[in-house]
Amino acid sequence: MTAPLIEGRDLVLSFGSERVLDQVSLAIYPGEIITLIGPNGAGKSTLVKTLLGLQKADSGEVIRKRGLTTGYVPQKLAIDQVLPMTVKRFLTLTRSASRADCEKVLGQVGAGHVIDAQMSQLSGGENQRVMLARALLLRPNLLVLDEPTQGVDVSGQAELYRLIDEIRAELDCAVLMISHDLHLVMAKTDQVVCFNRHVCCHGQPETVRQHPEYRSLFGSREADAIGIYHHQHDHEHDLSGHVVDGCGHDHSHAHGQSHSHDHAGDHGKTAKEAAGTN
Amino acid sequence: MLDDFLFRAVLGGVLLAVVCGPFGAFIVWRRMAFFGDMLAHTALLGVALGLLIGVDVRIGMIATCLAAALILAYGQRQSRIGSDTVLGMLAHSTLALGMVALAFVQGVAIDLMAYLFGDILAVNTGDILLLAIGGAFALCVLAWMWRPLLALTVSPEIAAAESIPVERLRLIFMLLMALVIGMAIKIVGVLLITALLIVPAASARFFARTPEQMAIGAGLFGAASVLAGIALSWHVDTPAGPSIVISAAAIFVASGIVMTAKRHFSQG
Repeated sequence: MTAPLIEGRDLVLSFGSERVLDQVSLAIYPGEIITLIGPNGAGKSTLVKTLLGLQKADSGEVIRKRGLTTGYVPQKLAIDQVLPMTVKRFLTLTRSASRADCEKVLGQVGAGHVIDAQMSQLSGGENQRVMLARALLLRPNLLVLDEPTQGVDVSGQAELYRLIDEIRAELDCAVLMISHDLHLVMAKTDQVVCFNRHVCCHGQPETVRQHPEYRSLFGSREADAIGIYHHQHDHEHDLSGHVVDGCGHDHSHAHGQSHSHDHAGDHGKTAKEAAGTN
Repeated sequence: MLDDFLFRAVLGGVLLAVVCGPFGAFIVWRRMAFFGDMLAHTALLGVALGLLIGVDVRIGMIATCLAAALILAYGQRQSRIGSDTVLGMLAHSTLALGMVALAFVQGVAIDLMAYLFGDILAVNTGDILLLAIGGAFALCVLAWMWRPLLALTVSPEIAAAESIPVERLRLIFMLLMALVIGMAIKIVGVLLITALLIVPAASARFFARTPEQMAIGAGLFGAASVLAGIALSWHVDTPAGPSIVISAAAIFVASGIVMTAKRHFSQG
């Protein structure tokens, strides 16, 4: 078995009297996509920051593989207007690269036209694409994304996840992602970690979805709504002519989808609202 | 030529402005204007200490600025008191302490105005040497850590996640700032040094598309301000330090008008 890229063991962290991480252990192995889900204030970002060494734990240890290169895409990066910054310059923020290389990675993420634009003038979706392009340039072993789809509309989200998947395939890197967009995440991810100050449950998406702790954390109504939302998403793909992935868990959703069909409209909204509030 | 006081003033002023350019840009980006002000205030204590101990006043100023930067770096880690409060306390207590200490210095007539507003026309060869060597050192270190420091300015989290030693860079930058400000007081004085740092950088912001353009532009605008200020002082007999700051402010206003007009016309 290969060694993990990053492993946190028994991490404990308190802010004042509030315990944010409670005996958390988590390992990330080369090439896998891990999605960290959990409600607002569950400490997801804190856990990721602790794993990356941005935040020191009170106890426990973080073991990082030697020579690990990390690419980090923060939750929201608004570059201050006082700092002039072209996209090209931003791509070379931590490491230099030629203009040709910058053009190549921007092309890959579908943002080739913005290379000379100012960062502050980009739309939310363009901003996230540029972030991914920068990660591509770094060629990390581990790509860490904190809610990468925040502020991006639903069709843009699907596109972003597709890009992340492509990047993973190209770089052969592991991906650690914080997300609340359960419906989309579940389709792509290898392992879901359901987190609320401690690891509630983890495993393959379908396993987690059935787990009682997951259902109690998000509420059964929302857990179902998410299933419906997933279905609608797949349906869209069918209409636009793309073949839906023939993987196991798509089919296993069929049961849940059929018996709650009449609630589809308002539950779909619930899931969206839940996503918007985190 | 170094015998001519006007030449020395121009040389010293331009040297300082060129050094202040990139540092001023970082102060603007990192929103540290008050930090610069605070460091300058502590310099007066350095003057008093220098005179009391019998050390060169310039060394005294640089040493107290460096010490203040270290205290502040420590003070900002305390979360119970906001860092602006720590800055304010340190700035004004050291200023008060400096004034009290100056009262103990006997038999030396101190030209307080020269320290508050600078005395660029009295710049001597030693000052210029200090500015050249100290300034070159500060610029070299800044160039060496340019990329990581900029990454840290854009996002401390990205920088830290990508293995940039954030805390160390912050400290080095604060110490370099202290050095630059300690050297600058002779030219523009305690009360005006922040202006020489931030105003040319703010003017350069109108024209720059990259951080590097803004840093170099700030140096050029600063040098132009020094030349214009000394010219003003020479012809109209105004105090030199304040004239330099007024010139910098005039350049800022002119830049703003030019760029606003340009944008207006390009939009039709």
